[in-house]
Amino acid sequence: MIRPELFEGQVRIPSGCAISAVISREGRLISGQAIVDSMRPMHERSNGLGGGFAGYGIYPEYKDFFALHIFYDTDEARAAVEAHLRAVLEIVRAENIPTRKHPAITAEPFIWRYFVTPLRSVLHSCQQDEEEFIARLAMRVNTGYPGAYVFSSGKNMGVFKAVGYPEDVGEFYRLEEYSGYCWTAHGRYPTNTPGWWGGAHPFALLDRTIVHNGEISSYDCNRRTIEMYGYKCTLQTDTEVITYIADFLQRKQGLTLEEMASVIAAPFWSTIERQPKGKSQELAYLRTVYSSLLITGPFSIILGFRGGLMALNDRLKLRSMVVGEKDDKVYIASEEAAIRAVEPGAENIWAPAGGQPVVVRVREGAY
Amino acid sequence: MGQWEVYPEFEVVRSSARCTKCLGCVAQCANGVHQYDGVQLTCDSAKCVDCHRCVAMCPTRALKIVKTDCALRENSNWDSQTIKEIFKQAQSGGVLLSSMGTPKPYPVYWDKLLLNASQVTNPSIDPLREPMETRVCLGKKPDKPQRGPDGRFTCELPPQLKLAMPMLFSAMSYGSVSYNAHEALARAAEELGVYYNTGEGGLHEDFYAYSPNTIVQVASGRFGVHEGYLNAGAAIEIKMGQGAKPGIGGHLPGTKVGADISRTRMIPEGSDAISPAPHHDIYSIEDLRQLVYSLKQSTHHKKPVIVKVAAVHNIAAIASGIARSGADIIAIDGFRGGTGAAPTRIRDNVGIPIELALAAVDQRLRDEGIRNQVGIIAGGSIRSSADVAKAIALGADAVYIATAALLALGCHLCRTCQTGMCNWGIATQRPELVARLDPKEGAKRLVNLMTAWNHEIMEMLGGMGINSIEALRGNRLMLRGIGLTAKELEILGVAHAGE
Amino acid sequence: MAYKIMAQGLDAAGLGRQIQAHPGPVEVVGCLGQRFIGAGMHGKKIRVTGIPGNALGAYLNGGEIEVCANAQDAVGDTMNAGTIVIHGDVGDTVGYAMRGGEIYVEGSAGYRAGVHMKEYQDKVPVMVIGGRAGSFLGEYQAGGVILVLGLTGSGPIAGNFPCTGMHGGKVLLRCRPEELLFPGQVTALPASPQDLDAVRPYLEEFCRRFGKDLAFILNAPFTLAVPDSRNPYRQMYVAN
Repeated sequence: MIRPELFEGQVRIPSGCAISAVISREGRLISGQAIVDSMRPMHERSNGLGGGFAGYGIYPEYKDFFALHIFYDTDEARAAVEAHLRAVLEIVRAENIPTRKHPAITAEPFIWRYFVTPLRSVLHSCQQDEEEFIARLAMRVNTGYPGAYVFSSGKNMGVFKAVGYPEDVGEFYRLEEYSGYCWTAHGRYPTNTPGWWGGAHPFALLDRTIVHNGEISSYDCNRRTIEMYGYKCTLQTDTEVITYIADFLQRKQGLTLEEMASVIAAPFWSTIERQPKGKSQELAYLRTVYSSLLITGPFSIILGFRGGLMALNDRLKLRSMVVGEKDDKVYIASEEAAIRAVEPGAENIWAPAGGQPVVVRVREGAY
Repeated sequence: MGQWEVYPEFEVVRSSARCTKCLGCVAQCANGVHQYDGVQLTCDSAKCVDCHRCVAMCPTRALKIVKTDCALRENSNWDSQTIKEIFKQAQSGGVLLSSMGTPKPYPVYWDKLLLNASQVTNPSIDPLREPMETRVCLGKKPDKPQRGPDGRFTCELPPQLKLAMPMLFSAMSYGSVSYNAHEALARAAEELGVYYNTGEGGLHEDFYAYSPNTIVQVASGRFGVHEGYLNAGAAIEIKMGQGAKPGIGGHLPGTKVGADISRTRMIPEGSDAISPAPHHDIYSIEDLRQLVYSLKQSTHHKKPVIVKVAAVHNIAAIASGIARSGADIIAIDGFRGGTGAAPTRIRDNVGIPIELALAAVDQRLRDEGIRNQVGIIAGGSIRSSADVAKAIALGADAVYIATAALLALGCHLCRTCQTGMCNWGIATQRPELVARLDPKEGAKRLVNLMTAWNHEIMEMLGGMGINSIEALRGNRLMLRGIGLTAKELEILGVAHAGE
Repeated sequence: MAYKIMAQGLDAAGLGRQIQAHPGPVEVVGCLGQRFIGAGMHGKKIRVTGIPGNALGAYLNGGEIEVCANAQDAVGDTMNAGTIVIHGDVGDTVGYAMRGGEIYVEGSAGYRAGVHMKEYQDKVPVMVIGGRAGSFLGEYQAGGVILVLGLTGSGPIAGNFPCTGMHGGKVLLRCRPEELLFPGQVTALPASPQDLDAVRPYLEEFCRRFGKDLAFILNAPFTLAVPDSRNPYRQMYVAN
C-alpha cells in the first residue's frame, strides 16, 4: 500500500525519461498508433511508472469547445466537481474516456471527459476571457476538490496518461482510434512509486502541454517565482513548473517562442557578450528581467500547443534529442531509433544545440 | 588595587627565555600595556584589550595573552561578565557601550542549515573547468517587457547595480574606521567588480575616483550629503536602521572630529557628530516614499536607491512597505551585525537574526507578488562562503560583508573600537595608528578573501548542479534544517534533513 | 561470409546472445534501437544495418563494429581496444573515457565527443570525425588523439567550450585557430607538417573507409590544440 505522503505533490520525485513527437506541417491527420509505436524502441528509458500522450486536432467535431479530461478517485468526487462545472459551464457532451482492459495498467481511477464552454453570463460577471477562466477553473478543481484532477483542458486536443509503460498506456486509451495533426509522448522513470495517475506526463494547461526529460536544479527558485503570478504548483514536478512558465511568458508577457527559449535556456554571459550588439543587448535584457525563470540542470522538453510545437534542450544539452522529417511530417525524439520505428525513410536527421529552440508550425488555416 | 577594583580580564604573559628586549611591544601597544624603564620590561595587564597586536608583532613569539584564571565563583545565572557590568555601572552611572556584533550565544541558524548536492538523478558541475556564473544584477525588474514600435525590446531597465560576485562591503563610516581602511575597501571593490559603502560619514574627496564602485549613504544626520555626493555614488543607500543597534542613532564625539573628518562630514572641527535615531523627515511609510523620490529626482533617476533596515519583529511588513515606496533594493541587517559603538543592552537584546528575517521577507514579498520589485541584500554576521550560499538559497540576491572584511584587514575582534585606539589602524583616527594599515596590502587581502569565497560558492553551486547563481536564489529545496524546531523550519521555509 | 541476424523483435539481451552464439563475423539486419551491441566484445566483426541503440561497443576490447547508418549516444563508452566505424553521424558522448582503439565517424558528432579520453602505456586511442563536433569537444581530455575534419555539415567546426578541462592528449581541427574560442588552459596554434605527419596513418584509414580524398583533406589549414603546461587548471587551496 503506497503511503499517501509519497503521492505526487506531497514529495518531490525526480525522474528521467523518454520523449517523442510527430507533427504534420500541412495539418494532415496522423493516427495515434504512430506515436505509440515510436515509444517502443525507447522502452528501456522508462520504468513503467508513467506514460502519456498529447494529441492535437483529435476532436474536430468539438473544436470550439474546451475538452476537459478529469480523473476521479470516487463517485462522490465526480458528483462534487460536476455540480461545480454545471454551474459555470455549458456542457455539450460528457462521457467516460473509452479504454480497453490492459494487464499492465491497473488501479485506474474514473476517467471522464467533458466538452464545455463557459457560460457567457459567468464570463461577463467575472470579466475574464475564456482561456483565463478555464485555466483558473482547472486550478481550482485541482486544489479544492480532493480526489479529482483535471489533466487536460484545451480545445480540440487532449492528454492521455497513466501509470504504466507508454506503449501500454497508448493501448489502454485506444489511441489508434484517434487522429491528430500533432502528437507528443512521454515515458517516465521516476525514482519512487508515485501511485497516482495525475503525476504522469504530459502536463497540460489549456492547450499547452509539456513532455520533459531530465531533472532541473532550479526547481524551487522557479516555482516560488511563478507562484507569484497566480499559478499553484500542486504536483511538485519539473513538468508542471515548466508548463506554467511557458504559459506565463507567452500568454501573459507576450514573448515569442524563441524569446521564451532565451529566458529558460539563456546563454552564458560569455556567449551573450560574443553576440552582435543588438542581439547581445536583448539577450542580456531578457536574462536580467527574468533571471528567476532561468532553468538550470538537464532538460529536454517538447512544448505542444494549438498549431505547433517547440522542442528545446537546456543550454548544456545534457539530454539527447534528435529531429527528422519526411514530406510534411517532422519527428522529434530522444533517440533516432524512435523516429525510424515510425518513419524508416526519415531524412535530415539532426540534433539541435543546447538552448536552440526548434519551432514547427502547422500552416495557418490547416488546423 | 582598591575596594572597587576588578582583576583584569586578560593577562599578558612574556616568555623571558624568548624575549630579546627589542621593545617592539612598547612601540606597538597604543594602550600602554608594555613599559620599559631602561632596565625592566613590564606589562600592565589591566590595560590589555586582547587585540593581539603585540603577540603578532613580537619577532620571537615571546608574548601571549591568556584569559585570567583569577575568576569569580562560577554561576550559570550571574556569570562573570554580568557581574562586572554591574560593577562598572555602579562605579560610573553610565550606559554600557560596546563595539562590534553581539558575542552572546544566541542560535546561529546558518550552522543549522545544510546544503544539497546533486547525485544520480541530476549531474553536478565542475566549476573549475565548466562554465559557472556568479554575476548578479541588483535592482527593480519590470513587470512586463517593453517593446518599441518595431516590436523589438527597448531593453530599458530601471537603474541596476551589477556585481561580479554576490557580495558587497557594508557601510562603515569614515570616522568609525580610518581613511586607510576606506581606501583599502574602495580599491578592493574596484578590483573585484563589487561595491563598498561610505557609511554615514560622507565621501572623502580623495575617493571620488572610486565612484563607480561606491554606494553613498544618506543617514539621519545627512553628513556630507550634497548634490555632488549623491551623483558620485553608483547607488544611494538610505540608512533607516542598523542591525547592531535598531532604533538608536549614532554619536561620534567631537574629540574625534579632526580636520579631515570635519571636511568630509561638512561639520565644524571639534563638534559632535550626532545621527538622530529616526530620519526626522520620515515619521511614517509615506514619508519614506517622499525621500526616495526626492533622491531619485536629484540624481535624474539614474541611481538605484537602497533602503537599509535593521531586522526587527515586523520586518516582513516593513519590507513590503519599502518595496512599495519606490526603493530599488532593500538591505536587511540582522541583529548580529557589527558597529563602531552601540549601547551594550541594545546590541545584545534588540533585533532578530538575519536568517529568519530574510526568509520571512522573501516569502512575504512573493506572497504579495512583488518580489521582483526589489533586490534584497542580507547582512549581519555573514562569516563564510557557506553563509553566503545559504543566504542566497533563503532568498537574498547578495550579501553585505563588514566584520569579515575588517578581519581581513587585521582586526582581531577585541571589540574596543569605541576607544579609538585600534592598534591595527582600522577603528582609529590617530595618524600613527592609521599608518599601520597599508591600503594597498589591505586591498589585496580583501581581494584574496572575496576571491576565495567566490570560488567556494562556485564549488557549492556546482555540487548542487547549478551553474548560474540566480537559480539558487530562493531555492529553499536546496536547504535542509538540522536540530531546528518545527516552527523554526516553518519560518525558514525549509524541510528537516531526512525529508 | 558474415552470418545474418534479424534484429526485429529482439531486445538488447536477446540480440546480444545471438551475436555471441556465432563465432565468426555477423551482420545485424533491421536494427532499431537495441542497446549495448558489441559491449565488452574482445574480437569479432559485427556489421550493423539500421540504427543501433545507445552504448554501441561500450567497453570494447578488440574486434570491429561497422554501422551503415547513424549511431546514437555513448558509442565506444570506456573502449579499451578495437575499431568502430560509423557511416553516418553519432550522438552525444562518443568515446567517453576511451583508453585505446579507434573510432571513425564519417559524419558529425554531438556534444562531449571524446570526453575524458586517456592514454595508458602503449595504448593511445584515436577518434576521427569527418564532419563537425558539438560543444564540449574533448572535455577533460587526458590523452589520445581527436581529429575533426569539418568535411560536411554547416556552421563552426566545433561548438562552444571546446577542450574545456583538457589536461593531456591532442586535438587537431581542420580550421584556423582563431575560428574557435579555446579556454586559457589550452594552446591552439597552426599545426605544423610534423603534427600532420604524426596523424597521417589515421587520416589514411579514414579515407580508405569512407572513400575520401586525402590530398583534398590535407589541402587546408589545421589547428593543433594541446594543454598549456604553464597554465594548468589549478584551484588555489590552503590547508585548514
